[in-house]
Amino acid sequence: MDEIKDARDKWFAERNKKKDRDINFETVSGMPIQDLYTPEDIQNLGYMKDLGFPGNYPYTRGVQTNMYRGRLWTMRQFAGFATAEESNLRYKYLLEKGQTGLSVAFDMPTIMGYDSDHPRSLGEVGRVGVAIDSLEDMETLFNGIPLDKVSTSMTTNAPASILWCLYIATGEKQGVASEKLTGTIQNDILKEYIAQKSWIFPPEPSMRLITNIFEYAAKHVPKWNTVSISGYHIREAGSTAVQELAFTLADGFAYVEAGIEAGLSVDDFAPRLSFFFNSHIDFFEEIAKYRAARRIWARRMKEKYGAQNPKSWLLRFHTQTAGCSLTAQQPENNIVRTAYEALAAVLGGTQSLHTNSMDEVLALPTEKAVQIALRTQQILACETGVANTIDPLAGSYFIEALTNKMEEEAEKYFEEIERRGGVLAAIDQNFFQQEIADAAYHYQRSIDKRQRIQVGVNEFVDPNEELDIELLTIDPEIERRQVAKLQKLRRQRNNLLVGDTLDALRQAAQGTKNMIPYILECVRAYATEGEIIQTLREVFGEYKEKPTF
Amino acid sequence: MAKKIRVLVAKPGLDGHDRGARVIARALRDAGMEVVYTGLHQTPEQIVEAAIQEDVNVVGLSILSGAHMTLFPRVCELLKENGADDIMVMGGGTIPEADVKALKEGGFAAEVFTPGTTIETIVEWINTNVNI
Repeated sequence: MDEIKDARDKWFAERNKKKDRDINFETVSGMPIQDLYTPEDIQNLGYMKDLGFPGNYPYTRGVQTNMYRGRLWTMRQFAGFATAEESNLRYKYLLEKGQTGLSVAFDMPTIMGYDSDHPRSLGEVGRVGVAIDSLEDMETLFNGIPLDKVSTSMTTNAPASILWCLYIATGEKQGVASEKLTGTIQNDILKEYIAQKSWIFPPEPSMRLITNIFEYAAKHVPKWNTVSISGYHIREAGSTAVQELAFTLADGFAYVEAGIEAGLSVDDFAPRLSFFFNSHIDFFEEIAKYRAARRIWARRMKEKYGAQNPKSWLLRFHTQTAGCSLTAQQPENNIVRTAYEALAAVLGGTQSLHTNSMDEVLALPTEKAVQIALRTQQILACETGVANTIDPLAGSYFIEALTNKMEEEAEKYFEEIERRGGVLAAIDQNFFQQEIADAAYHYQRSIDKRQRIQVGVNEFVDPNEELDIELLTIDPEIERRQVAKLQKLRRQRNNLLVGDTLDALRQAAQGTKNMIPYILECVRAYATEGEIIQTLREVFGEYKEKPTF
Repeated sequence: MAKKIRVLVAKPGLDGHDRGARVIARALRDAGMEVVYTGLHQTPEQIVEAAIQEDVNVVGLSILSGAHMTLFPRVCELLKENGADDIMVMGGGTIPEADVKALKEGGFAAEVFTPGTTIETIVEWINTNVNI
């Protein structure tokens, strides 16, 4: 090592005679980057202790022994718009084009627990996702799609328990037992308070709903991923890569602790926890982030939470390329950005991937834009050869040094969160929210001041640019159709039964029972999502944020 | 001492993407304006009430949920009903160009800033267009 050090000093004296480009050499998150990395930078890295083999503790090199040589990642494009009928057609289109899993986007009223005919839903029905009011809509959404053959991810958080029950009940209608259902509900309420801001109830009852799901899933829906602990939205809200890593894992630890406190054994629910990360444009920083995430999770789960089952140590994750890195200017460039981000996710060992469409910064994607996004993954998987060997960047001085640095910086945040009394207390103190807002502001200023280049935005600008890509539009008629359908359902269903099931749920919510079986009864009786949420809202109240900037 | 421009930054509708609204709120404050931020999930009624109570010159609406063609007109309508249509309405968010045009031509927004706009552009626009 001394020999290397001497040689480096000599090289450095030589190299310093040359002038560097006049920019800050740092990652997109502001982490300084050295001019060169050598064995000196990873002196303390122990192969067995810090890397190990793929599929072996601490999983830095991947969660499966054969990774993509065995099976490629799941190509799971996030989709949903308008009504269940339209979205059903889009899912069939994507499956036909070779997509291998479904991912449902709900509209804002569904996400916030309002029926389509609620005054607060006006103008929002079917706009950013599909409108789901009742079991009737869910049956239509998956009409002709066998739930024992396709795995489905659903992006729902505050009302996750209800949408999950709707999915289980849809399976029943198709004759598929809940034991056979595979998929994921996002169900990550902590990141809602921290970043995504689509909450309904206060944190405590929200955490109870989540532990109720853990318990019910362990018994009845064993193949289901019960939480997708999500850094994606933390990053989209403006965080740095380190904040994304640290806050997401801290949320994960908080769910583990909540499960243990609810009296569950950690190995009963931890194997069903999964993660969801962003893939931003800084290539190496992202790869290091994923590798560090796996190692940190494995160490904590084994050493701190005493998990015995190796499946509890694995950090499996879905990735989405960064929506916030895309530009409205020269939107075709977004195809290229997305391809690099997808490559980082794959080199980082993701289990499933959504590639953004070039037009997402302007509207919901068109069929053509989605197809290009999906083809980007297929080219990556089938033509580039990157899936032929596992963790090809391991041993790179730079990658390993950056992975270590990510872990170190995340540990500092864990200490700070601990010092503040844990995740819930830190949310209450506005800690995460302010850290992210500061980072977002810093990032925007650096673009405005041209300290950071965004092609087509503050450099290589086309002054005569005119937008010439087609955009998807949502017909306002859709809202009226959805409302009419919902009102017809209310007239035709057994309203006495609906009332009884809602009353039973109210009583369960007021006590300490697991609420999932009661929610299932409500959805089977065709109670609407809004009615179920309203029942719970009356018991639990609503969360209010202190607006700060 | 010169009077300061007062701005209400508001997040109408159900969506929770507040990154843009918060960055703009802070930037306008740094540019010497007085800024009130409503927080999330506001109804047009709540926004107009706050705008009048806070006696602002400008209301900035940030919308990413696609509900802009409903919410912008509703805010303008309520300002008018309350005799407060001297308050200028500007907007930002994921709003397609065709809708931007329709909002401006319909008199529902004085200006709409879409992704990629610099903070300086917005500050300059307010300083040029708001007379106090």
